[in-house]
Amino acid sequence: MSELLRLTGEHLLIVAIAVTIAIAAGVPLGTFAHRRRRMGGVALRITDVVQTIPSLAMFGFLIPLPLVGGIGARPAIVALVLYSLLPIVRSTLVGLERIDPHVREAATAMGMTEQQLLWNVELPLATPAIVAGIRIASVTAIGVATIAAAVGGGGLGTLIFRGVAMVDTRLILSGALPAALLAIGADVLLTQVERHFARKRGEA
Amino acid sequence: MIEYRDVSVLRGGNAILDRVTLRIGKGERVAFLGRSGAGKTTALKVINGLIAPTSGDIVIDDRSILHHTLPILRRRIGYVMQQPALFPHRTVLDNVATVPRLLEWPEERIRTEAGRLLELLELPVASFGARFPRMLSGGQQQRVAIARALIAAPEIVLCDEPFSALDPLIRAELQALFGGVVHTTPTTLVFVTHDVREALRIAERVIVFDVGRVVVDTPAAGFMTHEHPLVRRFVEA
Repeated sequence: MSELLRLTGEHLLIVAIAVTIAIAAGVPLGTFAHRRRRMGGVALRITDVVQTIPSLAMFGFLIPLPLVGGIGARPAIVALVLYSLLPIVRSTLVGLERIDPHVREAATAMGMTEQQLLWNVELPLATPAIVAGIRIASVTAIGVATIAAAVGGGGLGTLIFRGVAMVDTRLILSGALPAALLAIGADVLLTQVERHFARKRGEA
Repeated sequence: MIEYRDVSVLRGGNAILDRVTLRIGKGERVAFLGRSGAGKTTALKVINGLIAPTSGDIVIDDRSILHHTLPILRRRIGYVMQQPALFPHRTVLDNVATVPRLLEWPEERIRTEAGRLLELLELPVASFGARFPRMLSGGQQQRVAIARALIAAPEIVLCDEPFSALDPLIRAELQALFGGVVHTTPTTLVFVTHDVREALRIAERVIVFDVGRVVVDTPAAGFMTHEHPLVRRFVEA
């Protein structure tokens, strides 16, 4: 039981670290993609391609890389960041694009600088969409993190891989079930957060 | 004072504004009248720099708009559009407080001024201040937009058909309210409309645009009897 708790904690920790980094990089990237269409399109294409790499292959690619790769929690976090980036960048972009252009025009005409427009109007109005992206990223990351055990990343995947090796269904399920519950829990929780912001922003 | 010096705006080879030269004096109330596509909205938006002239210059208070810092200049220019375009995530009071907060007024002064203005526009703060835009009717939203444009006592107020999306009864009511508020201030008003009666009700000078040019510039009092064929068509419509 204590091992289960420890592994669950580990699982959540690498997901939390990865999603936090992805938010810190993804929201500015999405904002940039909105301002600079051409360059933004390229950035989006790259995150799109990253998303299509099968997760086991991704870990495989990371093992020989210096600094970001190798074995352990580090390549696991790097892989999860890469997967989490796309939904966050894309949802930030969508959230910004959905803002009524007249609202933006009014803000500009009243004398807001670009920075003030971004912080006072654009990001608050895009928040529900951004949270939706964070939700998708988190759920995906919780799932992909089970595979991180293959490169020694720890987490609930450790139990699954051990169970597979020992052909022990109960051991597999003891990793798989909590991982599934975590994903569902994150989904439910972040959906609530998303609704809360949408209500506050006057959309719901 | 607002001066257009040979201002042209080109879009894809077409002249939206075609060498417009105009002077609008301090405190003047001017209507830009014209059919859709005549260039009147563009003529309005070059004043607050939402559209940059392709050639020519806009001079505000003896300084070219190129030498004004646009956000600073815009805080002195009220702007009302056809759409209220309120910030949906902010209350009525916070919407009205936008420009004063940019100007860093003390909160107390903001509350006093917002209260006074909303009262004039028949949206008492006590019952409307904390509401969100989605909880208001179209006419009420437009009144908030007017309060938001007027609160910092702007030297210039620009209006782009602010009442044309409203139904006729509410439009008349708002024209009267707006006229009442604006006529008590020394602000320069530029009001775009395609409605002759509205132009004459609000302005003391009417400038008629056609295909990007000023074709008539007359005191409102002389408008109904002006002989220009476009004016005749407006009057007889």
